[in-house]
Amino acid sequence: MTAVLEKPTQKLAPKEPRQWKGAAVFVAVAVVALVVMPLVLEPFRLGLLAKYLCYAIVALGIGLAWGQGGMLTLGQGVFFGLGGYAMGMYLKLNDAGGDLPDFMVWSGVEELPALWAPFGNPVFALAMVVVVPLVVAVALGTLVFRQRVRGAYFAILTQALAAALVILLIGQQGLTGGTNGLTNFFDFFGNDVAAESTQRGLYLTVAIVLGVLYLGAWQLVRSRFGRLLLAVRDGEDRVRFLGYNPATVKTITFAISAVMAGIAGALFVPVVGIISPALLGVVPSLELVVAVAVGGRFALAGAVLGAVVMGYAKTYFSEELPDAWLYLQGALFILVMTLAPKGIVGVAAALRDRVRKEASA
Amino acid sequence: MTALLEVRDLSVVFDGFRAIDGVDFTVQNGELRFLIGPNGAGKTTLIDIITGLTKPTTGSVVFDGRSLAGKREHERVRLGIGRTFQTSVVFEELTVLENLDLAASFRRPLWSLLARRKGVIAAVEQALETTGLTDLASRKAGVLSHGQRQWLEIGMLIAQGPRLLLLDEPVAGMSSDERSRTGELLTSIAKDHTVIVIEHDMEFLRRYASQVTVLHEGKVLIEGSVDEVRADPRVQEVYLGRAREEAAHDAVS
Repeated sequence: MTAVLEKPTQKLAPKEPRQWKGAAVFVAVAVVALVVMPLVLEPFRLGLLAKYLCYAIVALGIGLAWGQGGMLTLGQGVFFGLGGYAMGMYLKLNDAGGDLPDFMVWSGVEELPALWAPFGNPVFALAMVVVVPLVVAVALGTLVFRQRVRGAYFAILTQALAAALVILLIGQQGLTGGTNGLTNFFDFFGNDVAAESTQRGLYLTVAIVLGVLYLGAWQLVRSRFGRLLLAVRDGEDRVRFLGYNPATVKTITFAISAVMAGIAGALFVPVVGIISPALLGVVPSLELVVAVAVGGRFALAGAVLGAVVMGYAKTYFSEELPDAWLYLQGALFILVMTLAPKGIVGVAAALRDRVRKEASA
Repeated sequence: MTALLEVRDLSVVFDGFRAIDGVDFTVQNGELRFLIGPNGAGKTTLIDIITGLTKPTTGSVVFDGRSLAGKREHERVRLGIGRTFQTSVVFEELTVLENLDLAASFRRPLWSLLARRKGVIAAVEQALETTGLTDLASRKAGVLSHGQRQWLEIGMLIAQGPRLLLLDEPVAGMSSDERSRTGELLTSIAKDHTVIVIEHDMEFLRRYASQVTVLHEGKVLIEGSVDEVRADPRVQEVYLGRAREEAAHDAVS
């Protein structure tokens, strides 16, 4: 009996060194992000990196929902926006100091809308950054996954949601700032939001939050729940006959990815200084999915890498060849999906295996 | 002995076609029951209804004294009904051990699944041993042969700890060696489980079956011991005759 028990455990043993390697890479990346980058990059470039890392948090959630769980979500901008607006509303009220926020005055609003009032409380606003995306995702997931809506239908539904939110935000000018969104922030929890030191602090905060969420997601993927999630991705109908309700597994995962996007949106607002419909609609939602695909959707690291790489690529090409970027992005997506479905991470792993093979041959 | 499964006056109609037509079917606790019949007799449909994959048009299914009406697939598994599929579906990206571990863990509270698996659960170890897959425990299920996949599926079923096992053509596509191994596996499982097996293979039936139910065109044709069933002229006509034709057809194609 014990002999049987030991056998598989022994066979699993060789995995240990790989985990150590993974931990070493994580620490190295953390040191570069937290120590090297703030020293090397000028403030403007550090701000850009902070923005990409915000997107990387959303990408991490997409990697979890799509790469691990098979839920192609084309509307993460919705949750990003909900988190962003929650933070933006607090910052606007804080700056207004008891008066109406500037854009409301311009729109002829005379009294603070009831929806806004509680957001003057920072604790409430920060709680809403998590709670609103969570509630929306759980409600949507419960409705949709129970009815076994999946695949392309789910993708289209999430995309429609992103489009609907944009229309809603633009239509309610007095409540949301319309197309302009919420901007012109000055104070961030007692600091001048534009100051170099505040921005450096924000960058470090974003990097640390990303790191913590990454570790959380990593633990999730390796848990039994993570195995179950893969099983749901690869054979949802079979999972039912293992006694699990796939709808619950999917709803939980979708909610986690939504909360990640919400947190990212809240961090994005002080980093970039604006949240507007253009930042959370269909196009930015799709761009992040493309980034995750390019980086490698089946690995969490691929999702994060993809967001940062595509962020830099977008900035670079928008500066150098503004007209070409859209085509390049589309072409890259098609190339990755057809030739390298595992993305950059997959290509790198294949190269590593080839080098190893040649070395041992 | 008490009835574990009672199917009463069951019918299902697909677009006017009566796939199951007034079936009464009872399985006692501890029984090993073979379900046979020509293609289209309604065997798999019957299993699909018992497991919740298909809704019956009329009639009832009672498991352990409890009606299954309105219960979804995973809820029926939680009551203790497990099944395999004709074309085995295992999770190729997961290892053999992980496949079995998932099958064995569904009764845990969901939050406890957030922890990583440490070691091997006794039920999984038992299933590995019973199916002879211990040496393949850490291999991905995607690399298994057809026979090994079927055994893994049976192993997952055992690891679930069900009270009623429904096996849909477990030896289809297997070599004769694999068939005898599966037969032995089946015999050992049947010692302490209630099992219903759908099988086409007459040789397999002769060797391992005791109680047999023959379905034909959605109705129960006859129920009895293997010898009784084989001696029945109606069975010879609809089933064995058809089997000969099929064999002849297979030989040609």
